[in-house]
Amino acid sequence: MSKIAGRFQQLAAQGRKALIPYIVVGDPEMALTVPLMHALVEAGADVIELGVPFSDPMSEGPVIQQAHERALANGARLRDALDMVETFRQRDTDTPVLLMGYANPVEHMGYAAFADRAAAAGVDGLLTVDIPPEEVAGVNAELHRVGMDNIFLVAPTTPDARIKAIVGQASGFIYYVALKGVTGAGNLDAADVARHLDLIRAHTALPLAVGFGIKDAASARLVGASADGVVVGSALVDCVARAAAGGGDRAALLRAASSLVAEIRAGLDSIAS
Amino acid sequence: MTTEMTSRIFASVPDAEGRFGVYGGKFVAETLMSALSELEALYRQMSADADFQRELDEDLAHYVGRPSPLYEARRWSDRVGGARIYLKREDLNHTGAHKVNNTVGQALLAKHMGKRRVIAETGAGQHGVATATIAARLGLECHVFMGEEDVRRQALNVYRMKLLGATVIPVTSGSRTLKDAMNEAMRDWVTNVDDTFYIIGTVAGPHPYPMLVRDFQSVIGREARVQILERTGRLPDALVACVGGGSNAIGLFHPFLEDESVAIYGVEAGGHGIDSGQHAAPLSAGTPGVLHGNRTYLMQDEDGQILHTHSVSAGLDYPGVGPEHSWLKDIGRVNYVAINDDEALHAFHALTRTEGIMPALESAHALAYAEKLAATMTPEQTIVVNLSGRGDKDIHTVADIDGIEF
Repeated sequence: MSKIAGRFQQLAAQGRKALIPYIVVGDPEMALTVPLMHALVEAGADVIELGVPFSDPMSEGPVIQQAHERALANGARLRDALDMVETFRQRDTDTPVLLMGYANPVEHMGYAAFADRAAAAGVDGLLTVDIPPEEVAGVNAELHRVGMDNIFLVAPTTPDARIKAIVGQASGFIYYVALKGVTGAGNLDAADVARHLDLIRAHTALPLAVGFGIKDAASARLVGASADGVVVGSALVDCVARAAAGGGDRAALLRAASSLVAEIRAGLDSIAS
Repeated sequence: MTTEMTSRIFASVPDAEGRFGVYGGKFVAETLMSALSELEALYRQMSADADFQRELDEDLAHYVGRPSPLYEARRWSDRVGGARIYLKREDLNHTGAHKVNNTVGQALLAKHMGKRRVIAETGAGQHGVATATIAARLGLECHVFMGEEDVRRQALNVYRMKLLGATVIPVTSGSRTLKDAMNEAMRDWVTNVDDTFYIIGTVAGPHPYPMLVRDFQSVIGREARVQILERTGRLPDALVACVGGGSNAIGLFHPFLEDESVAIYGVEAGGHGIDSGQHAAPLSAGTPGVLHGNRTYLMQDEDGQILHTHSVSAGLDYPGVGPEHSWLKDIGRVNYVAINDDEALHAFHALTRTEGIMPALESAHALAYAEKLAATMTPEQTIVVNLSGRGDKDIHTVADIDGIEF
């Protein structure tokens, strides 16, 4: 069993929901990414999702777009993401780490080379926004060769037949995109999310995490009631960006991120199982 | 390879997954996959629908003003020496460029899908104007995304779009040019996918766009083929067109791909020169990758990040290219070459002075290559150049370069 699947199973046994925070590698500065990862785990994160900077992040709203631009300006690339996971693993061998990004940097490194290097660094899964099931055979073969999960998106617009095709190729968990839009949008509808999760559960026993639009303890609690986990991206990236812009020291920035994650953790843990 | 085999190859792309060899495909976020399938299904149905084709032909004839003339540029050919050069006058279309052939077709699809809102990306502004134009005619809400840098250098077209009732949204992310406008249009589409039709202006993007834009633009080559046969009694020896995303080029080339005697040249923007790194010539100097929904040649760095491009012409200033061009390059059917900014500017002035036709700076790249090519040929031979747009929009750019202030 993969580390990601194991973590979801362990949480389910405890009646708890997975908290999956997202940060962008190299944002706000290169030296802060690994300390941030540890801080997120200490504050209650179950899986870490690391955004790999890309010049053309088509699915991101302004907050995460700007994080990608800052990270690229700092020199952060896919190979740095792999290096940072390797460093993180020196202190934390348990917390699953997932890379999230776009096809081209992975394609350019080469699927086989990426799989080898990512597995060696201690990466557990990959989520590429723009590699749908129709295009996934090549990368999936390499990920499976090294025992990594490929995390697929299911959207509100995904028809039933496609859900079936997607879950057939997925492992680890399914990432349900809570709304039609880019990351950081604000029109979350928890009842609609719950209805869609039921449709997906009809086809798979894989855990279902929900992302896009979850920004605080209240929204996490609402969505967590029907999901197995929640992804918090823009709200955390924004929190980190504000702390960095505020001119405080590194400790203050780590405290701000920890405090948001801890608050969402508490929200999720208040859901009666 | 026999002719029959060749023709089967060209008719077989894209395949059911939208691939041209290894290029093309549908590399987009899951939220858009259903919309693409729906569009593909409707398009396949409409391509076989006589009423739809009649409606499209009527629009092309009476709104766009087709067929566009095939003009023999006699003085310019004499000046250049060598082959006789014919210009396919897409600059004479309504709105002044080939772009409208495609927007008329896609807007009809939008109408059949019951969408009330259309969006578009634009570089030089020609596709934005062509979209705003058809939106005005059909009473559709229209939002055009345009890089902030292009808004500055194409102020005239920005105002044209506003006059037509469109909202122009300056894009301030990334390099603030065409690629970023396309990112932003994709973001809008993913948010408003229920009521919005995305009118992509070139043969790039996810399947089925490269196929349907090619089909709508192929009217250029179909007409040119008939016209040159009428005028000279034989096929041309060469075709030349500029390639940014590559829609005017594929439109001219496609109906001639099976004609093995016709040499075909796609001209990319060489900017300050391929060696300078400041250009927009992915087929000449790039490598394959994935951007904007398809696999194709890209300008990218060693980490797969997309590079900034440079061209004097905003319409060619794009780091990717339509996937069918990538395929045509690899199989060797089309020769892709590059023309630098200064060569294009020289051709702009030359055509203007010898023929009284002011070409768009994009088209001037094709003209500059045709000059070089013609000089190596004989007066019995002919070249058809796609004059894809008129140059009025570029007057400020040319004046700036010449140091003239209004």
